[in-house]
Amino acid sequence: MREVGKRERKKDAIALVTGQPVYVDDLAPKECLVVKLLRSPHANAIVEDVNYAAALKIPGIEAVYTWKDVPKNRFATAGQTYPEWSPYDHLILDQHVRFVGDPVAIVAGENEACVDKALRVIRVKYQVLPALLDYHEAIDNEILVHPEDNWESRFPVGADNRRNLCAHMEDGDGDVEAVLEDCEVKLTRTYHVPAVNQAMMETFRTYCYIDTYGRLVVVSSTQIVFHVRRIVSTALGIPRAKVRAMKPRIGGGFGAKQTVVTEIYPAFVTWMTKKPSKLIYTRKESQIAGSPRHEMDVRVSIGADRDGTIRAIDLYNLSNTGAYGDHGPTTAGLTGHKAIPLYTANLEAFRHVFDVVYTNQLATGAYRGYGATQGIFALESIVNELATVLHMDPVELRLKNVVREKMLMPAYFGEVAESCRLDECLVRACEMIGWKEKYPARDMGNGKVRAVGVGMAMQGSCISNVDVGSATIMLNEDGTYKLAIAAADMGTGCDTILAQMAAECLHVTTDEIFVSGADTDSSPYDSGSYASSTTYITGQAVVKAATELEKRICQVAAGMLECDPEDVEFDGRKATDVKTGKSVTSEEIGYKAQVCNKIALQVTESHSSPVSPPPYMAGAVEIELDKETGHVEILDYAAVVDCGTVVNPNLATVQVEGGLGQGIGMTLYENIQYTEKGKLRNSSLMQYKIPTRQDMGHFRVEFKPSFEPTGPFGVKSIGEIVINTPAPALAHAIYNATGVWHRNLPITSEKIALGTD
Amino acid sequence: MIKIRELVKVESLEEAWELNQKRTNKILGGMLWLRLGNRNVQKAIDLSDLGLDQIEETEEAFSIGCMATLRQIELHEGLNALCEGLLHDAVCDIVGTQFRNLATVGGSIFGRFGFSDVMTAFLALDSYVELYKGGIVPMSEFVKMKRDNDILVRVIVKKCPGHFAYLSHRNTRTDFPVLTVAVSDCGGVKKAVIGARPGIAKLYEIEHMDGETAKRLAEETPFQSNMRASDTFRRHLAGVLLGRAFAEIQGKE
Amino acid sequence: MIVTMILNGKKITDEIAADMTLFDFVRKHGCYSVKCGCETTNCGLCTVFLDDTPVLSCAMLAARAEGRRVETLEGLQKEAEEFGSFIADQGAEQCGFCNPGMIMNAIALFRENPEPTDEEIKQYLAGNLCRCSGYEGQLRGMHAFIEYKKNGGAACGK
Repeated sequence: MREVGKRERKKDAIALVTGQPVYVDDLAPKECLVVKLLRSPHANAIVEDVNYAAALKIPGIEAVYTWKDVPKNRFATAGQTYPEWSPYDHLILDQHVRFVGDPVAIVAGENEACVDKALRVIRVKYQVLPALLDYHEAIDNEILVHPEDNWESRFPVGADNRRNLCAHMEDGDGDVEAVLEDCEVKLTRTYHVPAVNQAMMETFRTYCYIDTYGRLVVVSSTQIVFHVRRIVSTALGIPRAKVRAMKPRIGGGFGAKQTVVTEIYPAFVTWMTKKPSKLIYTRKESQIAGSPRHEMDVRVSIGADRDGTIRAIDLYNLSNTGAYGDHGPTTAGLTGHKAIPLYTANLEAFRHVFDVVYTNQLATGAYRGYGATQGIFALESIVNELATVLHMDPVELRLKNVVREKMLMPAYFGEVAESCRLDECLVRACEMIGWKEKYPARDMGNGKVRAVGVGMAMQGSCISNVDVGSATIMLNEDGTYKLAIAAADMGTGCDTILAQMAAECLHVTTDEIFVSGADTDSSPYDSGSYASSTTYITGQAVVKAATELEKRICQVAAGMLECDPEDVEFDGRKATDVKTGKSVTSEEIGYKAQVCNKIALQVTESHSSPVSPPPYMAGAVEIELDKETGHVEILDYAAVVDCGTVVNPNLATVQVEGGLGQGIGMTLYENIQYTEKGKLRNSSLMQYKIPTRQDMGHFRVEFKPSFEPTGPFGVKSIGEIVINTPAPALAHAIYNATGVWHRNLPITSEKIALGTD
Repeated sequence: MIKIRELVKVESLEEAWELNQKRTNKILGGMLWLRLGNRNVQKAIDLSDLGLDQIEETEEAFSIGCMATLRQIELHEGLNALCEGLLHDAVCDIVGTQFRNLATVGGSIFGRFGFSDVMTAFLALDSYVELYKGGIVPMSEFVKMKRDNDILVRVIVKKCPGHFAYLSHRNTRTDFPVLTVAVSDCGGVKKAVIGARPGIAKLYEIEHMDGETAKRLAEETPFQSNMRASDTFRRHLAGVLLGRAFAEIQGKE
Repeated sequence: MIVTMILNGKKITDEIAADMTLFDFVRKHGCYSVKCGCETTNCGLCTVFLDDTPVLSCAMLAARAEGRRVETLEGLQKEAEEFGSFIADQGAEQCGFCNPGMIMNAIALFRENPEPTDEEIKQYLAGNLCRCSGYEGQLRGMHAFIEYKKNGGAACGK
């Protein structure tokens, strides 16, 4: 392969490193109305009255809207394929506010100063209700987070708003209780992962305007333009055809922007006023009213024999979806589905049961790893605990039980692991870290201990039988190509890697493919960039479109060469009649396509997959732990990934490193705390500490690419899996240093030094 | 965010002092902390034009202008040679270079912030503040004084050679400290300072630098809990860090 | 009030509110490379040079830049592209949103200390947060850049 596998620079790289104005707030029209939201200071309250007469008198104020002004049709803000698994529990503004930060009023004005002033003079009368702030108490609590009659669950996920239940589901294979009973060793442990914010550097933001045709144009920092169009039109109660959604460059997403967080507010303002408007969330708003990871308790029981044969896994997770149910049912499902299959080899039975509950806390959403992260922390930790109980090396224990190529995975929708080198990933990561010499720990004197820890991970590649990716490729008259997609490059580089694939198919260089990004008016339909789907699904659509386009190029060339299309060979520069040796250049073909031509040299193809082949990964970490202060220094992190064929080694490597960094952050530092009244205390980067470059240690990344037969060029995914190993690997290393298992994240230096959990 | 109606670049300390007697007026330091509040300021008083951004050395002392930045004291060779890098070590983990290029010594000290690395370090030195009206006051007294409308003009560090150590514990490297400790032994006076309790730093003059003392100070110092740590952990850390700082100083002697 | 400063080599005089930040000022004057990531001086995205010294423009009043030289990445395009290419060659620019601030501060570092150690790099740039890259690719890019500069700017970056 020439282009696939190359360390190609990202197509937007130079624009980004030279600071070009390519993001939402750089592009928003100067005369935009500034939109801000007045937010509830109460975790649970009914808005009795909003007095904004004084606000309207402030010069420059255009409008103030309250729950009385907005449509009454409920919708979900989760960017998911219709019909969404997430319940329809949102209004643009609701009389019932359900968390500290829930919007009460929308204010639009000429500039920030007048809008800020207006926000200060609006008087709201609340009927404050008792708040539900402990998710363990949520089911059948007398406080109902969503008592409303028009709450609706459109998918059978076991939801019941009269019980604060966003979802309840069960899955399993075999008689898990009987097998557990029969096992020589059985462990049951509960692990806790708090909500974690994505903290992408660009906060949530959107601007809107009305176009020439009177349509609402929504320009947003989003991963999901087509879902934005659907959700905005549903929320506003206007036809799809009246809405266009697009994205410029995005300053990071990580799943946060798979939810419609800001779009509906400026959309509503612009639709009502017909004036352009923008809403730029502050960091505080992004922290308190964003779409963070679901807090979860994960209780795992694992059954094994003395020789280390893992025979049964029983996993229950209780997930706190907060005030709204976006991504609630789906994330909780992944907690089991994308953890348990790691131990397929000897597994006789498994069960996965989950409850997702409403509370009056942060509304949650999608964050890289999407539920799997919580499940993998729990399962990988209990396997490490099991190794201790069995007096086995945890690597040996894993090698005995790990899923291997061609195994049927009953815990993974009955799919077969067609491409899997997880065992090799594990062996290599341990080799890199020096496992044999370093496990479990070495005393360095001065209270310092060096220790190693290990964890494995899997994820999926797309949502099987759901996600749709599409690509349109067109031959330009100079022999270059246009590739139109609606997958969202959020810094990951999908514009570039999809172009690499197109270039590979069309025998040109990646430079000769230009990519136009997500726009519901000009891009073919794509579910969007989430669920680790873009490379695998949209990539396949690119291959299909390129293959069909090549066929058509040969047809047009055959007409020009007056020969049978079967006899034409195309090499990217020219099409040759193999019988006569006569040829036409791609430029000539490009021009021909524009003159008296009936064969479109523009092809759109879609792709969807009945399977979601998991990528696999192993991570091994070496730390130096200060027993007296509890400080953990990460010395070395070895990560080995099987993501199938690596399309762009640079971008894949940085995906891994970025994911490790976020995983380290959630494991050691990022510590969500609430006040007694349910207000988030970590509402800034001053109080929510994401790791700096001095907190990361050194990463080493390698690949063990398997070949996935259903993926384009053998690819699988890489975007999400990379966040999953730090939590179990670090918890393991910390245990090896201190002898204490920490089952509650984050594992702060205080917990380590004091030996608490 | 702070609202400011007018910025006054004063031409003398007297002008600044007069303006500062009004409660709604406010002297600006680096503005890093001040700006985060929701205060309405009528006149923001800017001392930038008074030449107070220098670190001057005389035979007996270093005199640090209130507008000198944390970065200046971090990099100042003479000052750090005197205190064996104590000031460098105290400020080098404060947020980032660009932050320390703005944050002023005056603002950091005048605020008497509980989380202050800077105050912890200066308390271990033979240091004084020069107040415009109040004259020269030892840092150990200044730290206990109520905030008033005087102006902190300079911080003075007397040249008293000795041995120094600074240690802090932080959750992430550039976060506010969970606990700070500064220890010095100069001119026959031994000092131990415990800061970020999270209350304002406490200074002790001690007899010995040993484990016993570390334990005793950790026990008798009041600590509280906040988002970053519990009082229990702070007490534990105080014992550990003091012990280490003492050992560091003994290693130097 | 009226303020005059040299922004990217151009003298600019403007009537501003006393509490306008330098961040708002430079963006108002078309310097869109300067970004806001936090409002609490923790992220480093808003880094500009004030008389060649890197500072956080979100924490500084525009009025305090009176008579001084302010530079943003718009005024350092050559240096940005030269150094930024090494970040791009690692794919470490990722979403790009933190890049201008990080690149400004890296330029400041290399001016002060052309051959910094890893520890010096990490310390100097500690106030530049990045959520995409895990920082490791940025560090690789800096190693390559330092090597390139050591060789007199010869093309050995790849």
